[in-house]
Amino acid sequence: MSISVFCRHDFGGFRLDAAFEIGAAGVTALFGPSGAGKTTVINAIAGLFVPREGRILMGPRTVLDTAANLSVPPRERRIGYVFQDAKLFPHMSVKDNLLFGWRRALQKADDSEIARVIDMLGLAHLLQRLPVKLSGGEKSRVALGRALLSSPELLLLDEPLAALDAARKAEILPYLERLRDESRIPMLYVSHMLDEVMRLADRMIVLKEGRVAAQGRVFDLAGSFVLADLTGISALSSVIETRIAEQRATDGLTILAFDGGEIAVPVLNRPVGARVRVRIRAEDVMLAREEPKAISANNVLKSIIAEIRNDDAGHADVRVACGDAHIIARITRASARRLELVPGAEVFAIIKSVIADPAAA
Amino acid sequence: MTFWFTPPELEALLLSLRVSLVAVSVALPLAILTATALAHRNFPGKALIDGAVYLPLVLPPVVMGYLLLLLFGTRGPVGAWLLETFDIRLVFSWKGAALASAIITFPFQVRAIRLSLEAIDSGLGDAAATLGAGRIDRFFNLTLPLALPGIVAGAITAFAASLGEFGAIITFVSNIPGETRTLPLAIYSALQSPGGEDAAMRLSLIAIALALIGVTLAEIADRRIRKMIGR
Repeated sequence: MSISVFCRHDFGGFRLDAAFEIGAAGVTALFGPSGAGKTTVINAIAGLFVPREGRILMGPRTVLDTAANLSVPPRERRIGYVFQDAKLFPHMSVKDNLLFGWRRALQKADDSEIARVIDMLGLAHLLQRLPVKLSGGEKSRVALGRALLSSPELLLLDEPLAALDAARKAEILPYLERLRDESRIPMLYVSHMLDEVMRLADRMIVLKEGRVAAQGRVFDLAGSFVLADLTGISALSSVIETRIAEQRATDGLTILAFDGGEIAVPVLNRPVGARVRVRIRAEDVMLAREEPKAISANNVLKSIIAEIRNDDAGHADVRVACGDAHIIARITRASARRLELVPGAEVFAIIKSVIADPAAA
Repeated sequence: MTFWFTPPELEALLLSLRVSLVAVSVALPLAILTATALAHRNFPGKALIDGAVYLPLVLPPVVMGYLLLLLFGTRGPVGAWLLETFDIRLVFSWKGAALASAIITFPFQVRAIRLSLEAIDSGLGDAAATLGAGRIDRFFNLTLPLALPGIVAGAITAFAASLGEFGAIITFVSNIPGETRTLPLAIYSALQSPGGEDAAMRLSLIAIALALIGVTLAEIADRRIRKMIGR
């Protein structure tokens, strides 16, 4: 089931005019700075806000069509919504919160599904508690479980990590990754944090000043300069999808394979064949014209220069193609000149450090 | 001074409790509806309704009683209809005293309930809607339980205030022993009769005790319920 969204609304000074599609499964990130209209868009999808003009299709179902004067109320849309600050019902136990939507669902998840969600989110020991007795991270997990158990056909997540500190974020992210890998429900994940998007999303839609500025696979967008141009974020990084090829326990290394070669990372406790998403910061990549010998870095990838961008601060951002993956290296302009780097030239990318986000088993 | 009540004094006390109990319970559902409308809806004439609800707080009770007499007297438009259709006569009856008390204390209930309704995060209603709850479902399972502290506090405050109502009652339903002579009216009557000071003192002490109990109960109930609903 694919979901198609179009909405247009004037807020006096701010105009929302967005149209995009969400795939049948996986995580689509709705990314953009604060005030780009992200929450308005998902409120329109959920039915909490009715735009002046809009048309939203969920597979064969039309849930909004302003031209036909049709707007299905939120409770009949079968869309799960995880709010930024959880919005748990304060007078109900965690268990009653979790089952609130389940009790009202047309097609109820069976007991084993309930047990699976409770287990996946680690909520078993919290069931009798009131929300006031939960930590921020626990609240987010309950909110996630509550939305999941209402058997939605689409899950909307509105910056579920924004209200959490770094430690709590690190606690929740693995749950979200598990959800992404285990669930067949398509998810629309709203965030203004590029890191989260890079880590979680398969596709991304970039919203800027109420309009869709770019959309595509995270790997493609991350490996290009589009995001940097749109967001002005200078901390570039690239994303590569890999699989575990080999566990080299004696060296304490896991070997990850992708189309452009192999990357060695400190041991990941996952079986061979498991999917691993790898992020590489542009600052962590050096370039060499000749294959470096006797070098401490484990990862040297043979690649072809695709594009070079100079910035005002004396940097040259070099995008290299390595198989079908793209890696961005940030070097100085002086080095680029000295090495005579030009598009089409063969270089060796020396990767000093890699961030690996293993998918759940 | 003896501390024992005479039968007429006891009668006044019990009558006061009955009048106030009926007044508060009849007005409560209406107060919840009014508070809900004022807190969450915008409709034409809202300001007028808002003002009318709070009018009894500032209007002299005697005026209130007089207006009631005009409306609900046996020849008044509503009073005549009630008498004809249901054989209900409010004038010179404890039911009339309850009606007067209900109207006079209505603002206390509406205000307390409205405040607690407005304190509820509207996002909770949105969350419930996305989880499949319709409007009535949300009202009974979300709004009402979360407004419970205000509802209980409002009811107890109204009850305590109702025990003290004097002007509207004496104007509307007069001062009939055993029928409309509530505690404040009994105190007034005692002071009017020679040698009634002892009785007035005893009854006044009771009134003070009841008021204190009411206010304390409201406080305790509020704290308990807040804990119960996790706020």
